[in-house]
Amino acid sequence: MDNLDQLVASATSDFAAATEPAKLEDAKARYLGREGSLTALLKGLGKLPAEERKSTGAAINIAKERIESLLTTRRDALKSAQLEAQLATEALDVTLPGRGLPRGSLHPVTISLDRIEQLFRSIGFDVADGPEIETDWHNFTALNTPENHPARSMHDTFYLQGGDGKVQDDVLLRTHTSPVQIRAMLAHTELHQHLETMPELRVICPGRVYRVDSDATHSPMFHQVEGLWIGESVSFADLKGVVADFLRRFFESDDLKVRFRPSFFPFTEPSAEIDVAFMSGALEGRWLEIAGCGMVHPNVLRFGGFDPEKYTGFAFGMGPDRLTMLRYGINDLRLFFEGDLRFLAQFH
Amino acid sequence: MQFSESWLRSLCNPSLSSEELCHVLTMAGLEVEERRAAGADFSNVVVAEVLSVEKHPDADKLKLCSVDVGEANPLQIVCGAPNVAAGMKVPCARVGARLPGIEIRKAKVRGIESSGMLCSARELGLSDDHGGLLPLAADAPVGEDIRRHLDLDDRLITLKLTPNRADCLSLLGVARELSALTGAPLLAPEVKPVTAAVADTRQVVLDAPASCSRYCGRIIRGVNANAPTPEWMKRRIERSGIRSISFLVDVTNYVMLELGQPLHAFDDAELSGAIHVRLPKPGEQLLLLNEQTVTPSADTALIADDQKPLAMAGIMGGEHSGIGESTRDLFLESAFFPPAAIAGKARALGFSSDASHRYERGVDFELQRKAIERATQLIVDTCGGRPGPVVEAVSAAHLPSRQPVRLRTARAAKVLGIRLAAERIEAILKGLGLTVERQGDDFLVTPPSFRFDIEIEEDLIEEIARVHGYDNIPSQPPVAQMAMMPATEMSRPPMALRRLVAERDYHEVVTFSFVDTAWEADFASNAAPIVLANPIASQMGVMRSSLIGGLVGTLVANRKRQTERVRIFELGRCFHRDASAGPVAGFAQPLRLAGLAAGPALPEQWGVPAAAVDFYDIKADVEALFAPRRLEFIKAGHPALHPGRCATVCLDGQPVGVIGELHPRWAQKYELGRAPVIFELELAALLATPFAQYAEVSRFPAVIRDLALVVPQGQTLAPLLAALRSAAPGIVRDVALFDVYHGKGLGENEKSLAFRIVMQDTQRTLEDAEVDAVIASLLAVASSGFNASLRG
Repeated sequence: MDNLDQLVASATSDFAAATEPAKLEDAKARYLGREGSLTALLKGLGKLPAEERKSTGAAINIAKERIESLLTTRRDALKSAQLEAQLATEALDVTLPGRGLPRGSLHPVTISLDRIEQLFRSIGFDVADGPEIETDWHNFTALNTPENHPARSMHDTFYLQGGDGKVQDDVLLRTHTSPVQIRAMLAHTELHQHLETMPELRVICPGRVYRVDSDATHSPMFHQVEGLWIGESVSFADLKGVVADFLRRFFESDDLKVRFRPSFFPFTEPSAEIDVAFMSGALEGRWLEIAGCGMVHPNVLRFGGFDPEKYTGFAFGMGPDRLTMLRYGINDLRLFFEGDLRFLAQFH
Repeated sequence: MQFSESWLRSLCNPSLSSEELCHVLTMAGLEVEERRAAGADFSNVVVAEVLSVEKHPDADKLKLCSVDVGEANPLQIVCGAPNVAAGMKVPCARVGARLPGIEIRKAKVRGIESSGMLCSARELGLSDDHGGLLPLAADAPVGEDIRRHLDLDDRLITLKLTPNRADCLSLLGVARELSALTGAPLLAPEVKPVTAAVADTRQVVLDAPASCSRYCGRIIRGVNANAPTPEWMKRRIERSGIRSISFLVDVTNYVMLELGQPLHAFDDAELSGAIHVRLPKPGEQLLLLNEQTVTPSADTALIADDQKPLAMAGIMGGEHSGIGESTRDLFLESAFFPPAAIAGKARALGFSSDASHRYERGVDFELQRKAIERATQLIVDTCGGRPGPVVEAVSAAHLPSRQPVRLRTARAAKVLGIRLAAERIEAILKGLGLTVERQGDDFLVTPPSFRFDIEIEEDLIEEIARVHGYDNIPSQPPVAQMAMMPATEMSRPPMALRRLVAERDYHEVVTFSFVDTAWEADFASNAAPIVLANPIASQMGVMRSSLIGGLVGTLVANRKRQTERVRIFELGRCFHRDASAGPVAGFAQPLRLAGLAAGPALPEQWGVPAAAVDFYDIKADVEALFAPRRLEFIKAGHPALHPGRCATVCLDGQPVGVIGELHPRWAQKYELGRAPVIFELELAALLATPFAQYAEVSRFPAVIRDLALVVPQGQTLAPLLAALRSAAPGIVRDVALFDVYHGKGLGENEKSLAFRIVMQDTQRTLEDAEVDAVIASLLAVASSGFNASLRG
């Protein structure tokens, strides 16, 4: 049967020599086609004696299966080579930029406000909103700042002109977000006043505020966030705990130094200014004034519908513009309001 | 409030460094805003006496001086100062001295040896005065170190006082506080009554006792108005930031700084008859010391004599009755004007004075006699004169009252979150000069006449916390009852919306709420905007009723910075008058979201042909913001926008905003080139989100048919699409436009609108016949209602 082995060996080398499908099919015909050598052998089986026919037939069939298998393998190999060649021509420059719309950006102060909201929401604070043209009563009187109170000279207030051309003295552009405290308190106490003990009020009030002031460090419009927590046992120690915790979380700095310093606001008593000092960076070790706070003044609690004997609370107010400047190392407040896309596009 | 540290230490001198002392004040609520050295950093400068002055042989402007610096032999020093003269005492920098910027060496000046330098004030860093040598007092001890002689190691401390701490607007007040904080003794100046040398008095009449409840006056005859102010006094007031003028003016300022009592000195020769404190007569005018003529309001008290007004009580003296160089006889005033009578008056006239600043915050109402005696003594000591007796007019009923305030130890613990012993509380309150009566664990506390800020229990709690130290109150993690907060699916927070807009390639801006009147006229056709009474600049004079102006302004600014492609948005309030609006009656203040896109629709990039952004690009953004809700766009007019390219955005039949191309008129006026596309939407409508409505999903195959309709060119899509949708039977899942064609194969005034119709049933496979029937019925609706024909 050397004959058959030679045939297989010859098919192997013929198939390998066929470098494209048509040539492979030609080579196949030489072995398996109608005139092919194997086909001829099979046809010749009938002339063999019966005792040889069986064993020879089996040997031919084995050779035929081997050649068919060689053919399949070679066909697959040629097909893959062809596909690969085709794919190679389809190759892309994967380093070309992607197409379509890029992303815009969020204002850096918005990003801070969102972080502030998230941090306070995580300890159960709600978020409240209030009007920016505000009544004199909400902005000053209900915050224990009666007319001619010297504290009013601390605010340079924008007033509106009435229809008669005269200054309308009952409304103004709010000078702080504190009037939202009053609105939140009144809404809360109205809702819960029938209860023997009202639930706690925890709320922050972010927004735009206005003062007649404009230079490198003051903008006539800027942002504030007011915070308020009123309950049956809310103390100055709680205020210190909450605000210090917030500042460390906001700046993501566990070693941030926070100090509380006595101060004066008509609507809190005792009152404090809050200073922070970073332990690294350009401002390392310097005390920076960052917020005002204090225990809600009993008169303010009363204006808000709470009995100050039963309920105490704290309030704080801070400037998200300044917090944002410190966080990102921005050195000019005016950048926030100039709408320069080269600046804004840096924040996401 | 600025003062010299050494003056403060003369009244209370705790053993603390300068820095520690400032820290103690700051942490007690008297914030030290600045602390700086009184003189520059230099050494080896001494008091010298110029013994003789001769001309320099080789230089006209230089002089050769023989100078005694307290050594065995006088020094020879060459000096060019114009005022150098024999016998004068001056600062002399010796060889080896280091002054700001100079080191003094032995040198030859035009061939003559010079062993030192005589100094001007500027050379010592004391002032900018470089007109000549700094003359020293005739009795200055020769050889004394100038730092010691002029107290130049002193420091100037500036306090940023809160308005409640009027009691610290004097050295005595700060010293009193420092004594309470540190325990160091208070060394208040001893003030004794000055015996009258003449009997002359002026009667004082309190015609308006609510405006002046105590007035002390005294005549001092025969003063020398030209007496120089003693160096120590001059230095103290100058280091408090007040210019030295003349001794009689200086002494009133000195006593005000020392004790906190404003004083006023009249030239007695200008007065006639009694002194009245009264309200003004109608139309009465007064020329003030600052040369301002005022017509005081009806509630502004005046100091007057029998004939004329002399001064605005507690605010400023009058020009005509003031003291001058020729004054021989004084009438000295030391009065108490209650805060309510003074508050806001000076501000209303556009100025502030040291006196009004103190009175409107509260002056000790028992200080007047002491202050007039103190001033009298200083005057008599320095410029002579014979004082008359003090005349004091009081309206006791109008003096402030000091009511006892109850303080409960338990309440202090509740508010502060820390329990202090009753003994500690008592010690703190007494240390502050408060009168304390203990009643078990409670106290009855009466504030002194110099404190105007203690009326309720919390005021006392603050005092305790302040002196105990805020640092000594623990930072406590709060304890609260937990309750979940409501989380509705029917609305989204503004932040989610902002993110969505930013994802569509808009940059968030924040623009001012007050805008240029022209913006309101151009972009909102608003002829009667809300006007600010006191705008910071005329281009920020009115409240915006639309966000469009701010966006266009931002576009203009960015174009100036060569940014061509601008896509911006703002979320903010707009303002307009509306009688029915709240919560502030008369003003509607809706929050809106507005966007603007200008320049190429996409950033310049490969493989995409450049195209300017157009209406439909931005319409897709607006639709995406409201998705999955469907909007209607109704052609409309808007003052800011192109009349043919502008639509009202409607949701459920309600207008919720506007979209369009900026009117070419404004694009030209604001030099924008191609007009940007703008939208402005009501935030409330954007925040509401629909609750998802589930519809069954079909398992049977869908049939999709296209229907291309030829319609007249002017036919808008919306009514046709609405008619098709409403005519479609239940098996039609969607009718959507997928192509608009105008051109070859169609008439000049025709266009083709191609719709894709998707049909599907949830229960069965559709049959061809019913699908054909649906298409036929839709075609019939289109042809009968809209003159449409099937495109061949």
